Amino acid sequence: MTQSQWPRIQTLGTDGFVIRFSDQLNEPANRAALALRAAIEVAGWDGVEEVTSALASTAIRLSAFADFEQVEDQIKTLVLSRDWTAEPLPDGRRLYRIPTVYGTELAPQMAQAAKAAGLTVPEAAAELSAARTRVITLGFAPGQPYLGTLDPHWDIPRLSQITPQVPAGALVLAIRQFVLFAVANPTGWMHVGQTAVQLFQPNADRAFMLLPGDEVQFNAVTEAEFARYENDPNGGAEWEIIP
Amino acid sequence: MSYLTILRAGPIMSVQDTGRPGFLARGLSRGGALDVQALAEGNALLGQDCAAIEMMGIGGAFQADRDMRIALTGAPMRASAAGEALVWNASHVIAAGTVIEIGACEQGMVGYLHIGGGLETPMQLGARSPHLTAKFGAGLQPGDQLPLGTDDAFEAGMILPVENRFDGGRIRIVASFQTELFSQTMRDRFEAATFAKDARATRMGAPVISAENPDGFAAEAGLSILSDVITTGDIQVTGDGTPYVLMAEAQTTGGYPRIGTVIACDLPRIAQAPAGAELRFEFVPLDEARHAVQGWMRDLQALNGKVTPLVRDPRDIPDLLSYNLISGAVAGDEWEMEET
Repeated sequence: MTQSQWPRIQTLGTDGFVIRFSDQLNEPANRAALALRAAIEVAGWDGVEEVTSALASTAIRLSAFADFEQVEDQIKTLVLSRDWTAEPLPDGRRLYRIPTVYGTELAPQMAQAAKAAGLTVPEAAAELSAARTRVITLGFAPGQPYLGTLDPHWDIPRLSQITPQVPAGALVLAIRQFVLFAVANPTGWMHVGQTAVQLFQPNADRAFMLLPGDEVQFNAVTEAEFARYENDPNGGAEWEIIP
Repeated sequence: MSYLTILRAGPIMSVQDTGRPGFLARGLSRGGALDVQALAEGNALLGQDCAAIEMMGIGGAFQADRDMRIALTGAPMRASAAGEALVWNASHVIAAGTVIEIGACEQGMVGYLHIGGGLETPMQLGARSPHLTAKFGAGLQPGDQLPLGTDDAFEAGMILPVENRFDGGRIRIVASFQTELFSQTMRDRFEAATFAKDARATRMGAPVISAENPDGFAAEAGLSILSDVITTGDIQVTGDGTPYVLMAEAQTTGGYPRIGTVIACDLPRIAQAPAGAELRFEFVPLDEARHAVQGWMRDLQALNGKVTPLVRDPRDIPDLLSYNLISGAVAGDEWEMEET
């Protein structure tokens, strides 16, 4: 793949465009996708109904009656106006600190994950607790984040056997990423931690706790401390705006 | 407040409107009615813009505590009120307390029961549709009582002519940004193939099986592609070679390669195809597809003008007295029964 191939602007269905920055997940491509998404939202072009981003791409959905040629020109002009992989992340992002129990019967695959990373369980818990990860994208369930990227020794494989169900709030790990489960679901990733957070609260003022670009630190707490948060929909999470 | 009580419910029955756009970045797809056209047809028949009850495969039994207008659209199902057959694609007046029975589909897969004044189930994030795949809200169960909106209109006994979209047929698709991951040979084979919708179809997606292609289809890049944005109508090809048409409750991103995208106006035809009905996919140029979607959306806006009085032959109505009882709330000038 030559570098000049990226970014690529292509159509998405009949009413959308997708701008892809890479065919692999890397930090600059994810940052570019987040920065371009924010810039398109600010631009306020006619006919744009929705802007979203995935791991390494930004996508736009238009009204069926939009002027597609005009929007395509606007996209081209904006995309070519700068090197998006060198852009800063959008303003207003939040850093969340979410109390997390690592291991125990609440998160039974921690020992296996630590071993796969070449660490003891206490070492692994200390590392994961200190890691500050970015919401790369949300998907699979409403409000459910993919977070990355952990250090290279956390490039551990998915399980060969699917775990039939992990509860909402489960923190699972594979391929240098976390997923924090919004609802109970099966998974092939390792269940290393448990939080009490409800990521999607349809009747709350902020229905979705996390947005792409936000950052999360999963701070280790004891089971006794964790028990205090079980009736708190935010699971004891605290946040601040990233300066 | 008046209520519609669900006395009996098919396995996949839910209140659906046009869904909840705007939350793709938060991981929530639009959802909403699988057959958007049927939703619009019911709203045209009743002169409103409301949510309806979507019934997959089989209907249920319903009873309201006030007189109400209803409309029946989408897949024609066996329907009756107090034992009298109800005409599909038409509006009717049902007296308070009368039990409406809706049975299995006679054609197609997804039927709709619309109520005059609409259903006032809670609005959440701008829509009444539950998103069953996301476990956001829930389907309908026997015993549920749905609050009814106020109905200010009186017009009923109307019918809307509809084109048959209930037995599969030609489906127009456009190339997507991943179409090039499939070789031209593979795309040609896909276009030449005959498919049948699999019985595992859900509100999320419909697997389509081609008997003459037992190994299915595959992208040259295999499965090692980066997860990317999904749009409704995308046809993803899973690891075992089975194409899935992603429907209203699709996931928002996915890592399986997509061979093309079904255009919006042909999605109802996918939703309605019963197991075994023949489906064929045909790539069409983007301009042609956009014009087709625009024309379809204009047609949906203009449905109100196509509603005509339902002409009933009195000889087809075995018991006129009970019929009038069912239609108790209708004043004479709204229900013109033509002499034959």
